Amino acid sequence: MCGIVGLFLKDQSLAPQLGHMLTEMLIAMTDRGPDSAGIAIYGDETDGQLKLTLQSPNPEQDFDGLAEELGTALNTTVAQTVIDTHAVLHVPRDQFDATQRALAKIRPSVQMMSRGETLEIYKEVGLPQDVAARFDLRSMAGTHGIGHTRMATESAVTTMGAHPFNTGSDQCLVHNGSLSNHNALRRKLRRQGVAIQTENDTEVGAAYLTWKMMNGATLGQALQSSLDDLDGFFTFVVGTKDGFGVVRDPIACKPAVMAETDQYVAFGSEYRALVNLPGIDTARVWEPEPATVYFWSHDGGQTVHDKAA
Amino acid sequence: MQTYDLEADGLRGLNAALHQQSADTNQTQWAVINPKGSHAIAVGLDAPIEVTVKGSTGYYCAGMNQQATVRVEGSVGPGVAENMMSGEVIVEGDASQYAGATGHGGLLVIKGNASSRCGISMKGIDIVVHGSIGHMSAFMAQAGTLVVCGDAGDALGDSLYEARLFVRGSVKSLGADCIEKDMRPEHLELLRDLLERAGADAKPEEFRRYGSARQLYNFDVDTSTAY
Repeated sequence: MCGIVGLFLKDQSLAPQLGHMLTEMLIAMTDRGPDSAGIAIYGDETDGQLKLTLQSPNPEQDFDGLAEELGTALNTTVAQTVIDTHAVLHVPRDQFDATQRALAKIRPSVQMMSRGETLEIYKEVGLPQDVAARFDLRSMAGTHGIGHTRMATESAVTTMGAHPFNTGSDQCLVHNGSLSNHNALRRKLRRQGVAIQTENDTEVGAAYLTWKMMNGATLGQALQSSLDDLDGFFTFVVGTKDGFGVVRDPIACKPAVMAETDQYVAFGSEYRALVNLPGIDTARVWEPEPATVYFWSHDGGQTVHDKAA
Repeated sequence: MQTYDLEADGLRGLNAALHQQSADTNQTQWAVINPKGSHAIAVGLDAPIEVTVKGSTGYYCAGMNQQATVRVEGSVGPGVAENMMSGEVIVEGDASQYAGATGHGGLLVIKGNASSRCGISMKGIDIVVHGSIGHMSAFMAQAGTLVVCGDAGDALGDSLYEARLFVRGSVKSLGADCIEKDMRPEHLELLRDLLERAGADAKPEEFRRYGSARQLYNFDVDTSTAY
């Protein structure tokens, strides 16, 4: 089944409450996905730095002294913030490959949840309210964010199988549904040099969009072409550094509700997820059309909405 | 008027209270407040009562309804009035997918739009949509009437049996074995009655009728060797 929530702020005065609002939405979708939960949040930019969100099954051992050891390996200073099983590291933007190599050597059991200038991803196995409490998601601020509650079908209930997935800098994707051509597509994308970490179908969807954008497509164009190239059921919600998109497959049996006010654009698998948002009673509420790309971006303070045919 | 606060008192209490009403109950008027998108509101009713839901609902509102009138002052999630037997369900806003699915009887009125699979496998229910409907509506519809004052999406009436379909606006495409048919006086009369009961401001003459070509579900002796 799975539940999806998303919130894209037009009015940045709500930014300090983003984590709180998204957490409420996430917990409302517990019935749809009690296995695991995750959230992608686009927060503060770190000047010239790349944010890496790491996860470890043994955080006390793995994160102890990690920043110092990594800093030595990279010959720079690395900042580190540990939150439960996750740690956010700030490394120089041009040292991503070197960081990956160093991490594989000094902390082989650490997994990378996300990389980007503003993106952080937190996800774990467990009930959404427990996962939210572990990471104190409510206290997080940001410009936009996406959450997911998982009821697993295509791969095992593990941290790495939880959503959101990040396959390119500041890109994330959550999915309700199941893809049926993910094995063939995974092989093809890996040959093209796209990193895919798991056997999960959704990660292939995320990697597909990354691959399209690596080759010059905008997020909107990448979503449009996913309608031709991905086989199966999907409602996708995606995030980029300054954008937020939604697309549903042509059959559109996976539910979706959207709401828009002057302050935000919100997505929920069900209306229940949206009921406590400010001004929801007067919001424009609608069901996104099948096989139609919806996309919003922060563009010089303006919000652009591009609905392709 | 009985007022029930769904957020404070819970779903089971509401449906249990509504199920306790008999044919000669004095508690004929009910208001449900704070629905907040909850599922299965006013499901399985079987008494001539009127229930007004003050807000939007989730899945399966007013499913399996008999006799009762359920009015939703908001929009509804998937499967509103699913398998309705009799009575009336009125939605002031929009309906999500498979509105009125498998319904045997009664009247479902949607004053906004309905999304995909509206009236799928309907078996005698009458559905009037003031707005438009999505793709695959009236799929395998067996009996009853679907009236659409706006437009219909792709594959209307695919694999249709004997349900009657009327659309005032455009039809994006017809499904397999669904064809346009002549509008006869009895159809105009049927439409006039349904439009009036549904409070729809439309004239029967503005509609086109669609029905089954009856090529798909009948046994055809000429193709018996193909099986």
